[in-house]
Amino acid sequence: MAMETIDRTAKNILLTVQEYFWFALNAFLNLFRPPIYWQDFLLQADIIGVGSLSIVILSGIATGGVLALQSAATLAHFGATAVTGQFVSMTMIRELGPVLTGIMVSGRNASSMASELGSMVVTEQIDAMRALGVDPMRKLATPRIFASIAMLLFLTIVADACGIVGGLGVTVFINHHDGPQYLAQAWEHLMYSDIVQGLIKPLFFGYILSSIGCFYGMRTSGGTQGVGRSTISAVVNASVLIIFVDFLITKVMLTLFPGRM
Amino acid sequence: MSGLWNSDSPQTPACDGAVVAFNGVSIRFDGPPVLDDISFTIRPGETCVLLGPAGVGKSVLLKMVTGLLRPDRGSIQLFGEEITHLPEEALFPLRARTGMVFQEGALFDSLTVRDNVAYQLIQERVDDEEIDRRVREALRFVELEQTFDMLPSSLSGGMRRRVAIARALIRQPELLLYDSPTGGLDPVTSTTIIELIVKERDVYQTPSLLVTHRLQDAFTLCSHRFDPEQGRMIPLPKGETDPHATFLMIEEGRLIFNGSLRNLVRSENGFVREFLE
Repeated sequence: MAMETIDRTAKNILLTVQEYFWFALNAFLNLFRPPIYWQDFLLQADIIGVGSLSIVILSGIATGGVLALQSAATLAHFGATAVTGQFVSMTMIRELGPVLTGIMVSGRNASSMASELGSMVVTEQIDAMRALGVDPMRKLATPRIFASIAMLLFLTIVADACGIVGGLGVTVFINHHDGPQYLAQAWEHLMYSDIVQGLIKPLFFGYILSSIGCFYGMRTSGGTQGVGRSTISAVVNASVLIIFVDFLITKVMLTLFPGRM
Repeated sequence: MSGLWNSDSPQTPACDGAVVAFNGVSIRFDGPPVLDDISFTIRPGETCVLLGPAGVGKSVLLKMVTGLLRPDRGSIQLFGEEITHLPEEALFPLRARTGMVFQEGALFDSLTVRDNVAYQLIQERVDDEEIDRRVREALRFVELEQTFDMLPSSLSGGMRRRVAIARALIRQPELLLYDSPTGGLDPVTSTTIIELIVKERDVYQTPSLLVTHRLQDAFTLCSHRFDPEQGRMIPLPKGETDPHATFLMIEEGRLIFNGSLRNLVRSENGFVREFLE
């Protein structure tokens, strides 16, 4: 009995992974095949990009502030509080900016994609769309994926900037250290490889969060309860995959640009 | 179909000239077959009523007509074209020639009635003025012109179905599919919907497949005609029925009846008798 359950669960997981890869591959190829629904892309870019701006700004400022607080306390033991700026900017741009933005946006938008598309599935709106001769994959999934990739890039830049500003605020007003020195440290030690690493990650994270959100939404079954399940699965899986892929990208980037090691 | 198989026992259909032809179609999900060895055809001008209790696979069958679901066995032809193994993209032009009314209407929540009804035309980038004209015409047909700018959430259940009918009619389809159009509606609203279906049938003569578990709807459809002078549905003379109406009945996934109303009411099949009584 237990073996049967394990067997069934393993098969279900494998089937889900296989279906996701087909879905993600098709969604990716659709980015380059007409018809591309530009109007839907702009609408989604507004919802995902502008709509997420406030949470990204707030979380960016708070994260930069916390980093400055924690790093200054630790660096004080070595008499190196002057490098707080370098520490904050490096951490924000290379790691926390992209990852935090990815997770925040996935909490807001992967869930909304899964629930919106899931509701459309259970009320037969997706079938109606297909019956009206429109491909829901191209009409609904592709613009969301396209918009998520583009917007996450800009949101990450905003989060990085806000993080550095948050760190500056803490450095000047709480730690009572020199502001210009913080900014000089933040800027001077920044390398192109840091920027590249920080801007490549959101492209992957945007693709992950939107493809997972759309995937779970489109395969919803079981009425309103199913919509709830799809939403949870989308957020959990998108967040975990973002962290895992972040690890892989970091490893690859450090191999390509070993100067930082 | 009329005149071909006026009998209780379904036979292999002749597909020539048929709008829809099912041949030995079976489908299963998890468990026993939902539909098993289903064969029938719908010919031009025919109104086919698919009867059966809830959960026997009527909606599944309807979705298979346009390839929204694929059979495990057998073949399906739509407008003379074999669609069983057609890729999704090749099905879109065929679906665009078909109008489908879903169980709860399946209107797009975020779009106005105008944009719902005009959905196909908007995708085809038809001129805005032309869209407005055709939407108003379709809404006038279902007597809901005043809902033009409203959102589906502000419509009643019956109004949503009527808007769904307008959406299905806007491109003057060559086949209409109705999935339980009166399900969950009160008797007065159900009659309004059936009246619209009769009106569509008699004005445009579009072949259709109507799924229902309500025998009353099927009988009203057969025993009435639309009178354009009075602008309403009137009963046919006593003893007369619509000659183009045919019936299918499904029990436990199998087609147990395929024929005219006359043969349906005379059927000796125990399940048919039980359903009728």
